[in-house]
This record gives sequence, C-alpha cells and structure tokens, in this order.
Amino acid sequence: MADVAVHADHGSGHGHHSSTGLSNNKLAMWLFLGSECLLFGGLISTYMLYRGRVSDGPHPSAIYDIPFTSVSSFVLLMSSLTMVLAVTAAQRNDDSKTNLWLTVTALLGATFIGGQVYEFTAFYREGLGFTTSLFGSSFYTLTGFHGVHVSVGVILLLSTMGIIRKNRITGNKAEVVEMVGLYWHFVDIVWIVIFTLVYLIPA
Amino acid sequence: MSASTEQQHDSHEHGMSDAGYIKIALILAAITALEVSTYYVDFGPLFMPSLMIMMVIKFVMVVSYFMHLKFDNRLFSFLFYTGLGLALFCYIVALATFKFFIA
Repeated sequence: MADVAVHADHGSGHGHHSSTGLSNNKLAMWLFLGSECLLFGGLISTYMLYRGRVSDGPHPSAIYDIPFTSVSSFVLLMSSLTMVLAVTAAQRNDDSKTNLWLTVTALLGATFIGGQVYEFTAFYREGLGFTTSLFGSSFYTLTGFHGVHVSVGVILLLSTMGIIRKNRITGNKAEVVEMVGLYWHFVDIVWIVIFTLVYLIPA
Repeated sequence: MSASTEQQHDSHEHGMSDAGYIKIALILAAITALEVSTYYVDFGPLFMPSLMIMMVIKFVMVVSYFMHLKFDNRLFSFLFYTGLGLALFCYIVALATFKFFIA
C-alpha cells in the first residue's frame, strides 16, 4: 500500500505524462535536440565543404590558436560535470547545492563565451572578416550559432536559478533542472564535434 | 516506502552517484588531452581515425551518462539517435555529391 502511494506521488511529481507514461516535457526536449542535430549537421557540413575555399584573407591553419581553444573546450566540458551535479542536487531537493552548481555552470559558460568573443576579435584583427572568404563565412556562422546556443543556455541557467530562489516552480523542480541540463549537455556535445572537425583536423 | 522501492526510485532518478560523474568527467578530460596531443605529436596514418574515434567516444559518454540516456527509457534514445542518424545520412550524401570524400 505504501509502495502504491510512493508511485502515485512519483507520477504526479513529473507533471503531464503522455500515453507512453513518459514525461511530455522530456519527450519534447529530446525531439527538439534530435532536430537540432539536423541544424548543426548542416552548418558543420557547409564548413567542411568551404574550409579550403580561401580566396582572400588568412588560411585556417594560420589563425587557429589550438592551445587557447583547447582550454575553452576543457572549460565547456567541465561545465557539463557541474550541470549534472546540479541535476543530482535538484533530485535530492537540495536547493542550495542546486543553485551553487547552476551558478558555477553559468560562470563556466560565460567564460567560454568570453573566449569565443576574444577569438573572433583576434581573427578579425588578423584579417578574417565574415565576408572575407567562404571559409570565414562558414566558420563564423557555425561557431557563432554555437555561441548563441551557449548564450541561451547561460540565460536559461540564470532564469532557472531565479525561479528556484523565488520558489516559482509549480511542477517537478528536478525535471525543470534536468531539461535545462539536457540542453546544456547538447551544446557541449556539439562543441565536441566542432573542436575535432573544425580545429584539430587541418583543412 | 520499502527499501527496495526507494532504491529503485533512486537509481531511476539519479543514474549515477556524484563520484561516478566525476570519474566520467576525468575520463573525458583525459581523452581531450589525448586529442590535443595529436596537434603536437605526429600520429602518421592514425591521426584521422584516432581523432574520429576519440570524438565519438566523448560524444557517446556525454549522451549516455551526463544526459542519462543509458539509464532512461529507450524511446528518448530513439528520438535523439533518429535525428542524429538522419542528419548524418543527409549530410554524408550531400557531401558525397560535392565529391568531398574524393581526395
């Protein structure tokens, strides 16, 4: 009997469920992330096609700063760890730890964005503008789109912290944090692919 | 609540312990260091395959452990990997039409 009560409580805590018994929010998020694969697949493919097309301006190998980008990649990778720690803290209903790890994740994300702004500025000063060459256009479009996704992630993290502090979450708090976490991890896996295909494999 | 129910509930919700996630992060950091080493050390013909394998390992580890796909319902895996597979198929075909894979 006690077990039944636990299951009932568990179910209601996850908000609306589909006929599959799974959370609608989670289903929608995974579907969204699946569709995002198509977006980034297109951008990465376009870059792969055009990275050797340098009619004017610097060549990729002349401007990429691999040590700097490696540190940025490490920062984003570690933000995935802090994000998953935020999710486990939320599942334990530990609001202070959840906020702490969300804050660290947002800071690491902001550090990554800062690094990207620095990198774009350095590239521009070295003569690579958005319209300088097909390589420049495809590079800025791909990494810029990823940067926008990271920025949206940081905004989501800060918003989640705000609504947790004000106790405004009506449904399952852990699931809300988990949804933000799924988005954040997706941004990380996209960078895993970009780091290898764009930076480490020469044109 | 019985102990077994609580345990099942915990493993479903949490997937892994915090220490487990830290171990995964350390493995990912080590693989990243290996990836970066390919920039400084000449791996010869193994350069491209090793980078691709390390990229796939990192990708699958983040998706499986950090995104909990390994512990979650298989429908989520189906939704995500279908999108990923469709993207790979579409863009490999598109790149092939541009003779990208011909040296």
